[in-house]
Amino acid sequence: MPSNKSVSDAAITQFINCRILRDHRLQRDDLWVREGKVLDPEKLFFDEKGYADKLVDCEGSIIAPGFIDVQINGGYGIDFSQASDDVSSGVSFVAKKILQHGVTSFCPTLVTSPPAVYHKVLPQIKVSDGGEHGAGVLGFHLEGPFISVEKKGAHPEQFLRTFQSGGIEDLMEAYGGLDNIAMVTLAPELGGSQSVVKELCQRGITVSLGHSVANLSQAEEAVHHGASFITHLFNAMLPFHHRDPGIVGLLTSDQVPAGRTVYYGMIADGIHTNPAALRIAHRAHPSGLVLVTDAITAMGLPPGRHTLGQQVIEIQGLHAYVAGCSVEEALEAASLHPAKLLGISHKKGNLDYGSDADLVLLDDALNVEATFISGEEVWRKGP
Amino acid sequence: MRLVILDDYDLASEWAAKYIRNRIIQFKPSAERYFTLGLPTGSTPYGCYKKLIEFYRSGDISFKYVKTFNMDEYVGLPRAHPESYHSYMWNNFFKHIDIDPANAHILDGNAEDLETECQAYEQKIAEAGGIELFVGGIGPDGHIAFNEPGSSLVSRTRVKTLAKDTIVANARFFGNDLNKVPTMALTVGVGTVMDAKEVMILITGAHKAFALYKAIEEGVNHMWTVSAFQQHPRTIFVCDEDATLELRVKTVKYFKGLLHVHNRLVDPVLSIKDQ
Repeated sequence: MPSNKSVSDAAITQFINCRILRDHRLQRDDLWVREGKVLDPEKLFFDEKGYADKLVDCEGSIIAPGFIDVQINGGYGIDFSQASDDVSSGVSFVAKKILQHGVTSFCPTLVTSPPAVYHKVLPQIKVSDGGEHGAGVLGFHLEGPFISVEKKGAHPEQFLRTFQSGGIEDLMEAYGGLDNIAMVTLAPELGGSQSVVKELCQRGITVSLGHSVANLSQAEEAVHHGASFITHLFNAMLPFHHRDPGIVGLLTSDQVPAGRTVYYGMIADGIHTNPAALRIAHRAHPSGLVLVTDAITAMGLPPGRHTLGQQVIEIQGLHAYVAGCSVEEALEAASLHPAKLLGISHKKGNLDYGSDADLVLLDDALNVEATFISGEEVWRKGP
Repeated sequence: MRLVILDDYDLASEWAAKYIRNRIIQFKPSAERYFTLGLPTGSTPYGCYKKLIEFYRSGDISFKYVKTFNMDEYVGLPRAHPESYHSYMWNNFFKHIDIDPANAHILDGNAEDLETECQAYEQKIAEAGGIELFVGGIGPDGHIAFNEPGSSLVSRTRVKTLAKDTIVANARFFGNDLNKVPTMALTVGVGTVMDAKEVMILITGAHKAFALYKAIEEGVNHMWTVSAFQQHPRTIFVCDEDATLELRVKTVKYFKGLLHVHNRLVDPVLSIKDQ
């Protein structure tokens, strides 16, 4: 049938025979896309008397919003924290590779590094849309160097820092600038950190607590100042103690301001966190769970390493199995929750009308069959 | 009239859907000659729509050359509201079939000038060559579309204020809050439906039984507007057992005895695959 549209001549794609994640449920419904965004088909029908130009038969697959990874340090031989002259080709390489795991947007993460590295690397990457070339860059996640010595984990001790000048100046000096930064992880027990938290949040940068020995009140104070994320819950922080739950206590704290949610990253590979601990966190605060890979350079390389593939599959499959949560909850932990965390849920992380059509087609075991960015297919599983 | 009595809601829905299917296919609609279908909303025709969608999915019927005209729509309810009749028709029918959106007509309850909207609707029906088959339901107060008790039996498309009975009956779609139910609607008139070549009324459930009795066993009366169809040359009432509970045994027996004749209208059931 010839198209008959009054509002736009752009092609309309209709995904049929699929189950879409909408209103927190998987529903048997078609998904409509035009000009890279999810389209309201009812408006199209009644207002424009329009209909689809192209049908994509999903053969019963699940369509979920594209996954958003807010913590990924590199992969496939690329290390984002290396002071290379050509950081963008490394980021692009990883961005392209992660499409096969359904990741459509990510935050390249830098671990604690000397100022020279930040000064060199940060200016080379800008926030950018994804596409055929790879997943979209949402901005850097700077994990460190303002973190606790005692909880440095794998971070190099000699480059850890504290706040000397009293706040944001230290940050500017360490990083060289705050453009294209999506998130900063810091330890809120560090002197002078609270005003930094406040200032970063005012600039629209998400502040995460991690690699820290903060007690619960220090953590709550940071949340009061705007902190909204916990970097890899349980790892690199004080363990939960019944008289001082520490950062973990934020999951059930009554000091979290009304209307705000504290999100927590979880590396659900069954190794970083015992599945029982994962379940406790999930049951205590299901709406805050954000799945991350925290993938490293070695990811994607020959056997013996944790491949992103393994982690995602383990995250998805294992999470759904281990945490006893529903498929919908698992999918939202990898899409909707990170989008809300970063304040971009008005256009990403969901299949609402008007959102960017970043999609992942999955089978019932949550294996990725195809990935779409702005409605265009950017990866398809081979036969 | 023809009175077709099936055992239950599902069978009544299926019979009605098959009848519509056969009528469309027999008509052999084309780009030069569309089949015009009048359509209702509500819980009664829900099963019938599901069946028609099944027929479309199995490739036995197409709505490509069908023009539809819905009976009514609430006034002042946003079109995107889940209880608007636009939403009902989209979710329960249009989105599942191959009808051209330009051929699906529903009154606009948010039009600037409601009277003009009603007149334009009558005009559209006339331009389409009149309605070939108008499918409708019946309210517990015997109304057809929103032609409430007291509506003129020769009325045309217009604005109507809803009767208390109707508002109460519809409250279940608005969280049982009477204050949320719209109080006015645009509706085709009794006369508008009477102009159709053929009328099919679906009536199911015991709560409709008294209205059915008033409509077909008592006189033509503007208090029970469905009774107007006693004076239409081609009306079919399709109902389930429960809807006949207030009828005379004699009436029910007579029409049940005719079922084998009426069933020839749906058996054999036609398919476009055979054309």
